[in-house]
Amino acid sequence: MKEFLFVFRNDHPAAHKGSPEEMQAVTKQWMDWIGGIAAQNKLVDRGNRLAAEGSTLKPGNVITDGPFMEIKEAIGGYTLVRAESLAEATEMAKGCPIFQFGGSVEVRAINPL
Amino acid sequence: MEQSEELIPHLFRTEYRKLTAVLTKIFGLEHIEIAEDISSDTFLMASETWGIRGLPENPVAWLYTVAKNKAKDYLKRNTLFEQKIMPHIQNNTSEIQEFEIDLSEQNITDCQLQMMFAICHPSISSEAQISLSLRVLCGFGIDEIATAFLTNKEVINKRLFRAKEKLREEQVKIEFPNSSATEDRLEVVLRTLYLLFNEGYYSSGKDVTLRKDVCLEAMRLTHLLLENKSTNKPAVNALISLMSFHASRFEARVNLNGETILYQDQNENLWNADLILQGQYFLNHASVGNKLSKYHLEAGIAYWHTLKQDTAEKWESILQLYNKLLQLEYSPMAALNRTYALSKANGKNEAIIAAEKLNLSNNHLYHALLGNLYTGIDTDTARSHYQAALKLTKSKADKTVITRNISDLDAI
Repeated sequence: MKEFLFVFRNDHPAAHKGSPEEMQAVTKQWMDWIGGIAAQNKLVDRGNRLAAEGSTLKPGNVITDGPFMEIKEAIGGYTLVRAESLAEATEMAKGCPIFQFGGSVEVRAINPL
Repeated sequence: MEQSEELIPHLFRTEYRKLTAVLTKIFGLEHIEIAEDISSDTFLMASETWGIRGLPENPVAWLYTVAKNKAKDYLKRNTLFEQKIMPHIQNNTSEIQEFEIDLSEQNITDCQLQMMFAICHPSISSEAQISLSLRVLCGFGIDEIATAFLTNKEVINKRLFRAKEKLREEQVKIEFPNSSATEDRLEVVLRTLYLLFNEGYYSSGKDVTLRKDVCLEAMRLTHLLLENKSTNKPAVNALISLMSFHASRFEARVNLNGETILYQDQNENLWNADLILQGQYFLNHASVGNKLSKYHLEAGIAYWHTLKQDTAEKWESILQLYNKLLQLEYSPMAALNRTYALSKANGKNEAIIAAEKLNLSNNHLYHALLGNLYTGIDTDTARSHYQAALKLTKSKADKTVITRNISDLDAI
């Protein structure tokens, strides 16, 4: 088994619209999806959501507020899973609720140091 | 005479462990056998004396006095005392006559708690911790422990011997862990108590009374932790809550032949309402702080199972609790139960897809679950899963249930 990182990217403002009931329904979908991965004993670390607040440092001591240069591609969170192959990890990502909101999941193999 | 025959086994169960804990604290854990011998001798003497002279006025006080005297005699007689044990004894009195053995309620409780931490030492296996707990903390006989573990006396004796050797090697002391280590050590203690309870609750052993005793002992030891300020933590409250909810079904879950009655077939009137209330009480007390233990989640699940009626809220809550539990700690049982809750909350079709990803095809409960999920959807597939389950299980109770499920399928 190898470990893979799921990087969740979405359009921040779009993901946070909706009534409390709708938000609750989305939370349930995330919980059910993560729970399903955990039930296969393939969850390494549920990870976390990332707050909108942040800054980016560039050479020459250039600091910009927030990572939101291209707002549709902001990283919203991450999760660590284990799978036999990239293909299996990619298959696992298919159930992610993020696609309903135009987001994406980047699946990356971890290369242990 | 008959009176003492009834009383002694009872007192053995309640007092042996107290004497052993207090004496072991004095002699040091490396000499636990001496403490056990003195406690056993005390009971041997009780059964001889009481049989002839009748019961003393206060049998417990009699036992304590005799045990104290035996311990003092032992110390007087044995040179071991001066060479090895004396340095361990805290108060620096060289006069044995002045040496007091404190059998007050407070000291007994403290010694038992400290003994619990010593036994639940990370250096020995959970199995050994459970066996030692049953022997030293619960006063179970070797044959009873063997019955509970479905094995023979020899295996248990060896296991106890090795565990004691290991504790000696590790120089484990009977004391409270220092406050920085309490959290970690308490986690091991809770795990052992949880396993001890499960040993009684889920064992396939025939002796129903013995199994119930094991559960009650696990609960008693958990209560000891609650009574002490430094160990009365939210996770301990959650554990006793979980145990209380499970224990509430004691009378309803086993029939007269000692066979398991499934949850959905149980007579709710036999559920113990006091224990359910007790579970709720401790679950409320567990809901402080910011640490969510697996006992919190399992107690939550057990709470919902005390409401027999199927509601959308019930199964949605159970599903989410299992989702969290699995993130904390994977187990095949939790994965299967989570998938059942998924079928109740989100429907069978979704649950079938999830179930087939579980990779538990050599587990009979996996096939039993799929048999259930396919029932009403694909009868042939349901039947073949039930038949696979039947082949994989050794338990007679499970076989009966699965066979009934298959014949129900044929009736569709």
